[in-house]
Amino acid sequence: MRYSALSILRQAFSGNRDWKPAWREPEPKPHYDVIIVGGGGHGLATAYYLAKEHGITNVAVLEKGYIGSGNVGRNTTIIRSNYLLEGNEPFYELSMQLWEGLETDLNYNAMVSQRGIVNLFHSDGQRDAYARRGNAMMIHGAEAELLDRAKLRRMMPYLNFDHARFPILGGLYQKRAGTARHDAVAWGYARGADSRGVDIIQHCEVTGIRRGSDGGVLGVETTRGFIGCNKLALAAAGNTTTVGRMADLELPIETHVLQAFVTEGLKPVIDQVITYGAGHFYISQSDKGGLVFGADIDYYSSYAQRGNLATVEHTLEEGVALIPGLSRVRVLRAWGGVMDMSMDGSPIIDRTPVDNLYLNCGWCYGGFKATPASGFCFAHLIARNESHPVARFLRLDRFERGFPIDEGGKGPQPNLH
Amino acid sequence: MASLIPCPHCGLRPKEEFSIRGDASPVRPAPTASDESWHRYVHIRDNPKGRIVEHWHHALGCRRWLVVERDNLSHEVFGVTDAADWAKRKEA
Repeated sequence: MRYSALSILRQAFSGNRDWKPAWREPEPKPHYDVIIVGGGGHGLATAYYLAKEHGITNVAVLEKGYIGSGNVGRNTTIIRSNYLLEGNEPFYELSMQLWEGLETDLNYNAMVSQRGIVNLFHSDGQRDAYARRGNAMMIHGAEAELLDRAKLRRMMPYLNFDHARFPILGGLYQKRAGTARHDAVAWGYARGADSRGVDIIQHCEVTGIRRGSDGGVLGVETTRGFIGCNKLALAAAGNTTTVGRMADLELPIETHVLQAFVTEGLKPVIDQVITYGAGHFYISQSDKGGLVFGADIDYYSSYAQRGNLATVEHTLEEGVALIPGLSRVRVLRAWGGVMDMSMDGSPIIDRTPVDNLYLNCGWCYGGFKATPASGFCFAHLIARNESHPVARFLRLDRFERGFPIDEGGKGPQPNLH
Repeated sequence: MASLIPCPHCGLRPKEEFSIRGDASPVRPAPTASDESWHRYVHIRDNPKGRIVEHWHHALGCRRWLVVERDNLSHEVFGVTDAADWAKRKEA
């Protein structure tokens, strides 16, 4: 069923009782061409683009919880393509372009809002670094604008411009960036994939990977029995190591928890997305009015989808330092998601030493914005057995070869990326 | 997560006094070891779910490097040892 103004009107007259479920609840078939482990944003997008771009529809997405229960429903909904390095920027710019056409493509309201993002700078050195980043963005076809203090003050009069330690001197502005409704992205991709024949199997946890005598994957053992496949694709985020170990993969991944927060609803006050790099704090306002924000990861390895109080305190201190008015707002909810932190802060979309096993991981805490391009490029890799041109740097063996993509310049220290 | 960490030198101290380096299980290879063993030491992690050991630095206390044994699912802390004692215990 296609959603349209007419269908909304018709449903209104029948009291909204006749909406059909957006996707089926199929029983797993004994065998698929492709099995994707992980029904998060990336897994669902991969299934969608496998079906749409490559005509591969005999596909299952296995999800141990329910669709949207993982990081795709736990992030701060920011979409942007303001990266510096060649290994990253073209990839994220493709993602941004896919975001721009996503709702028409999916026939689903993902509430993509291109409200713009501003990265604040606080010193001459930081301004130079952002000017360089803006230039790198423009070289790769994204747009960027360096805002001075006066212009920024007109846009965001509520910021603490005269902070004693980090006075705000200006910001790097990407106008096309913004936010999207994260759950709707998962639901939209799930519906799109399902309508093209993909089986989305929820509450089905992978417990083992069965391999043949040549080492190739035959299928997966799950809590709902054995399911065979020709190709197996992992998109399991914070649980990547756990699943990868079932096929003897040794990975440059550590699992960490990242928290996010939302306040009570307010009238519109923050029009753009703001990032405060000096305090590692970022904030935007949802359409419902809540301020959505987050800061650092908790610094220690964690598989728990909850964080610790010291980080909550730190986050709110950073927030109030940037926007003093925040001190009068009440936080409604805080939550945590488990992140697959890589050794250089950049993701991996690649083949593995196992012939028909494909890997998508290492999103650190920047995975949401990448959802469309991640699915697009992973589907390309699975279907054609070769990297998509914009994802060609995101290789698993880049660490060993000495070609990390260290956007933050922090070295192999996953808790700092 | 426990908010208080039992430092072997300073006693029970708030978690915020410590700076966390990360996994304490990889063992530094000899300078002349192969590229492969250095790659494994620098980049590859077991990343287990459950009981782990981590290097923590008591930055705002005794400034000693410590090894914290804890559970990364329940966030329970089992014990804290000075890194030098830990290394000696490992050699023995």
